[in-house]
Amino acid sequence: MQPGRAEKRWMYETMLLSRRYEEAIEKIYLEGKQPRFDMAAGPIPGEMHLSNGQEPCAVGVIAHLEAHDTVTATHRPHHQAIAKGVDLKEMTAEIFGKKAGLSGGRGGHMHLLDPRVNFVCSGIIAQGLGPALGAALSRTMQGKPGVAVAFIGEGAVNQGAFHETMNLAALWNLPLIVVVEDNAWGISVSKKDSTAVERNHVRAAAYGIPGHFVPDNDPIAIYDVAGEAIARARRGEGPTLIEIETDRLAGHFMGDAEQYRPEGEKDALFARDPIPRLRDQMLAAGELSAEDVASIDAAVARRIDEAVAFARESPYPEPSDALEHAFHPVT
Amino acid sequence: MPEEASTRKLTIARAMAEAIAQEMRVDERVFVMGEDIAALGGVFGNTRGLLDEFGDKRIRDTPISETAFMGAATGAAMDGMRPVVELMFVDFMGVCFDAIYNCMAKNVYFSGGSFKVPVVLMTSTGGGYSDAGQHSQCLYGSFAHLPGMKVVSPSNARDAKGLMTAAIRDDNPVVFMYHKGLQGMGWLGTEPAAIVPVPEETFTTPIGKAAVVREGSDVTIVGLAMGVHHGLRAAEQLAERGVSAEVLDLRSLVPLDREAIIASVAKTGRLIVVDEDYQSYGVTGEIIATVVEHDVRLLESSPQRVAYPDVPIPFSRPLEQFCLPNADKIVAAYDAMGH
Repeated sequence: MQPGRAEKRWMYETMLLSRRYEEAIEKIYLEGKQPRFDMAAGPIPGEMHLSNGQEPCAVGVIAHLEAHDTVTATHRPHHQAIAKGVDLKEMTAEIFGKKAGLSGGRGGHMHLLDPRVNFVCSGIIAQGLGPALGAALSRTMQGKPGVAVAFIGEGAVNQGAFHETMNLAALWNLPLIVVVEDNAWGISVSKKDSTAVERNHVRAAAYGIPGHFVPDNDPIAIYDVAGEAIARARRGEGPTLIEIETDRLAGHFMGDAEQYRPEGEKDALFARDPIPRLRDQMLAAGELSAEDVASIDAAVARRIDEAVAFARESPYPEPSDALEHAFHPVT
Repeated sequence: MPEEASTRKLTIARAMAEAIAQEMRVDERVFVMGEDIAALGGVFGNTRGLLDEFGDKRIRDTPISETAFMGAATGAAMDGMRPVVELMFVDFMGVCFDAIYNCMAKNVYFSGGSFKVPVVLMTSTGGGYSDAGQHSQCLYGSFAHLPGMKVVSPSNARDAKGLMTAAIRDDNPVVFMYHKGLQGMGWLGTEPAAIVPVPEETFTTPIGKAAVVREGSDVTIVGLAMGVHHGLRAAEQLAERGVSAEVLDLRSLVPLDREAIIASVAKTGRLIVVDEDYQSYGVTGEIIATVVEHDVRLLESSPQRVAYPDVPIPFSRPLEQFCLPNADKIVAAYDAMGH
């Protein structure tokens, strides 16, 4: 399954938006945190897990999804949230802890929840698998269209939740696609030091379902494999497991000095950055012009400027708003 | 509740199943999943008959995969369903608590109220039948302590039906904790006073409202589930000595009906709290703190608690019975107050 020109362009634009967005967030995050790094200081306090390098996973899969399809994401959620269409202004305000944020500042960057596009994420490894399973079950029971995609990291495959969810999804033949973004590192522990098999897609055999591996962080190849899996789920033929070889260009979180990386690894990762690669492919194929590239750059910069300005200008919530929304009122 | 009292008596197990069935008839979003809840009808009988009426799509046996199906209940609820999910023994929370307290209980808050999470988590509690320390706990305080979950625990079948109906209709996670010794399963032994007349028609018992189940003027005995029955028996014993005990059935731990507790203690001046959960850092301390924070002068003597000592639950009959609350311990607690 190959993307059309418009889809390819959307994939490039969305990857670029995610990347430039995170570069902006990275810069703002460091405000107030220099020279001494204090996680609680600055306009964006708390942990910050950047997804740069992993954008192909988000766009290659989510290109096939509609707003009514469900995505559950991880503690590293920005690329998927942006691809799924979470409102960028409200998302940014949330990351700043502002009143206009998705939850009014209750969640922050690890808890971006948007029912308008059926997107959730969470801060606990593998937590999203069960809820994605439930969304897939709900669609099947209601006879409503829609599939569920659970994005996890390669570290999450070693959680019990993975086994339980895969078995149930297969047993109940649910429209669930589990996408493993293998960035080779669980904080500082490498995949080879944590995982008994080289590639996690082989674990699909344990559940009698298809498993696919996509090498080389290639959005077009991801699009192809994810498209088949999602179409299969929409036809009622059940779940699929996909592992994608991707790259974490940043540390686990900002402030991570990454001493555990082998010498030269980061340079090699940047040398195969998927965004310039796709851009150059599309330019060479005549699918983008130099003018297109410039206008996409400008449009992306404008959206980010607007979102950041919105977040900066938004007021903080009233401190006592902390006490609201633990429960819905009884109607 | 309908004014005309029904004379038909049900066990708590039957009352729970009836409430679920009545809601399932009028709301196709309601479904049940858990271990052994379909053909078996629940190890503790609370889903009996549902498979025959509703079929295996809406009454779904699960594998022994609590993390996945608790998470799935949350995901389905956020997608518009109203799942009733069973954790067979509350002790099993240890294998799936992230899906409960970190996800199910927090997604209303983390979405600023934009997602509803209407899950009923029903789970069995309590010991007294020598099932040892991994199948006999109550853990009321553990659930009630963590924000985002309502917590109810009925002492009788009428409240069980009304609370279950209210729980299914609630847009928040509700943990419905039913005590095995009240369930009406012959093989577990059963508290006969839990089997009471239950109206056949649908009704709700409001979550967060306690009930005075025996009026009195000298001492307030506060409890929930099995503790209420111990309290009622103690009140009988005290009455023989001319002491008038009021017994308050909390019915809900979250929200807690603090007004009812305070009103009763304001009348009696004395407080005994009964709880089959562990004593320290739990329900008993919260009830006493509620009164003391409000007005310590309401108390004519130090409040007492009759709770499970801070040890794992032992298997051997004399060991377990030594630890469990009972009426005699409540009477002794009254005597310890000094009069």
